[in-house]
Amino acid sequence: MSTSTTEKFIPAKRYNTIAVALMVIGVIAAISLFVTTGGEGNHDNRARFWASLLQNSVYFLLVVNAAMFFMCATTLAWGGWQIGFTRVTEAIASCVPVIGVIALAILLALCFGDHHTIYHWTDAEHVAHDPVLEHKSGFLSKGFFAIVTVLTVVLWSFLGWKMRQLSLKTDEGDIVSTLERKKKFVWNNTVMAALYIVVFALTVMSSIPWLWVMSIDAHWYSTMFSWYNFASTFVAGLSLIALYVVFLKNNGYLPSVNKEHLHDLGKFIFAFSIFWTYLWFAQFMLIWYANIPEETIYFKPRAEGIYSAIFWMMLIINFVAPLLIFMSKDSKRNYTIVTVVSVLVIFGHWLDYFQMVFPAVSPDKVPMILFDMGIGLGFIGIIMYVTGKTLSKYPLTARNHPFVKEAVIHHT
Amino acid sequence: MAIKKFITGNFYDEAVLFPAVKKVRRAGYKVHDVYTPFPIHGLDKELGMKDTDLHIAGFIYGITGTTTAISFIGWALALDWQINFGGKPFFSLPAWIPIMFELTVLFSAVGMVLTFCWLCQLAPFVKKDHFNPRSTDDTFVMAIECTDKTNEEEAIAFLKNAGAQDVQAQSRETGWWFGRYDRETVQFGKKVAAV
Repeated sequence: MSTSTTEKFIPAKRYNTIAVALMVIGVIAAISLFVTTGGEGNHDNRARFWASLLQNSVYFLLVVNAAMFFMCATTLAWGGWQIGFTRVTEAIASCVPVIGVIALAILLALCFGDHHTIYHWTDAEHVAHDPVLEHKSGFLSKGFFAIVTVLTVVLWSFLGWKMRQLSLKTDEGDIVSTLERKKKFVWNNTVMAALYIVVFALTVMSSIPWLWVMSIDAHWYSTMFSWYNFASTFVAGLSLIALYVVFLKNNGYLPSVNKEHLHDLGKFIFAFSIFWTYLWFAQFMLIWYANIPEETIYFKPRAEGIYSAIFWMMLIINFVAPLLIFMSKDSKRNYTIVTVVSVLVIFGHWLDYFQMVFPAVSPDKVPMILFDMGIGLGFIGIIMYVTGKTLSKYPLTARNHPFVKEAVIHHT
Repeated sequence: MAIKKFITGNFYDEAVLFPAVKKVRRAGYKVHDVYTPFPIHGLDKELGMKDTDLHIAGFIYGITGTTTAISFIGWALALDWQINFGGKPFFSLPAWIPIMFELTVLFSAVGMVLTFCWLCQLAPFVKKDHFNPRSTDDTFVMAIECTDKTNEEEAIAFLKNAGAQDVQAQSRETGWWFGRYDRETVQFGKKVAAV
């Protein structure tokens, strides 16, 4: 098997077949969910259909976007080790525009659709009789929601695209041929990464999950909710990167990436799993301790009600499992264990989103989760397809990047 | 305690040190240690050193801390002296988790520091002795341990050949716990009084 640095990923036939099959599963799940609950059904049923689309599109959009955040954060920190697999990160981030369009369509449909099934604050008549929502109407209004949502997705896609172009241009070698040009490249890269981080900080880290997810429970609020969502999707995004790195290594690609790089990715997953738990706990404990009814109402159905099994299971999957499995050095360097933990973590945070969205939408019974999993598989199919396509377009090693030597000789 | 003989040599460059370590080990000499002013990546592997078990000790200290916290708070607040705090249950785990976390960190941190000091034989008032003081400044000092089969002259020549400078034979006592060494031990060429 050739292992040159100009090599491109050639998706095996099976890879694309699986991707398309997953997308078909997603479409079938969505259609069957729509037929059984969506169309003519009553209010709750329709909400159940749209909530499933909302949960999956928002979750997977934030996950692929977290890959671009990882790239920009490591760029800003002048890291070198991640350059070894930077094309993988870029390829995953290239899904942002695709899933962004889907999510945008769903979010705008929810906002401007006339059925107000999920976002109660879109119902003007309802808001008029609700002092709490009326008070929040500056923030929770259709216009603000639409503008911020569109702006966010466009900025993520555009800045991410710029970041990727900067990296891809190094392949021609011209813009990094001399020391001066290398310095200029690093400077440009840093500026672009900084711009992205600012947008990211103002969106995922502070406001967007308020609008997209928290406003389902429009009366309830938690100031750290967005930060918590960021941690959730960042862990899942890191796991996705790790999965792709392992996948490519197993197929003989990425000659300059070795267990040292995987070890560092594992450390990231380990650390941010604990970070996620810290945020989860900080949010939970303050509400539990203060015991104010309008706040505890959020955790009542989740921790004690019918959703409690999912709620506590996801805590075990997202905290206890990575903590105990990933604690030792050897497990972070083992391809199989990294794969298992990554899949677990991606599924665990998907469950996290499930329990964020559904208790407000379907308070009386836990919906049939298989439909949601089917739609989730459809999104995974999209990610596989787009990532595979992007990976096959460009060389897998950014061989002219100024920091590539640091990546090759990297030692944890 | 037993006095051992060592052959020591100075290296000025990593690029010389690494092949030298390989050569010396392949020739069958026993490298006692390489003293460097800063950590050098990969040197431990080159020396064939075993990974430390310090982190396992850390894990054990950590769970000891967690267990201590939960068992003590649980006993105190839920069994021995129940107090009603704002209507919360006596066994209110969420409120204790910060303390459990703190004790986990405290136990593992303090325990690991003490274990580290034990392993490296570091303690207040312990005198540590250098084969060559320049290992704290700018050179890497390799010490080869002589066994009864080692030919000193040969070892010195071998080390010189491998690129070392200031090669010399030195005698050292093996255990240096609490800074006791024999009256006869020569340090840096001077006689040192027993402590």
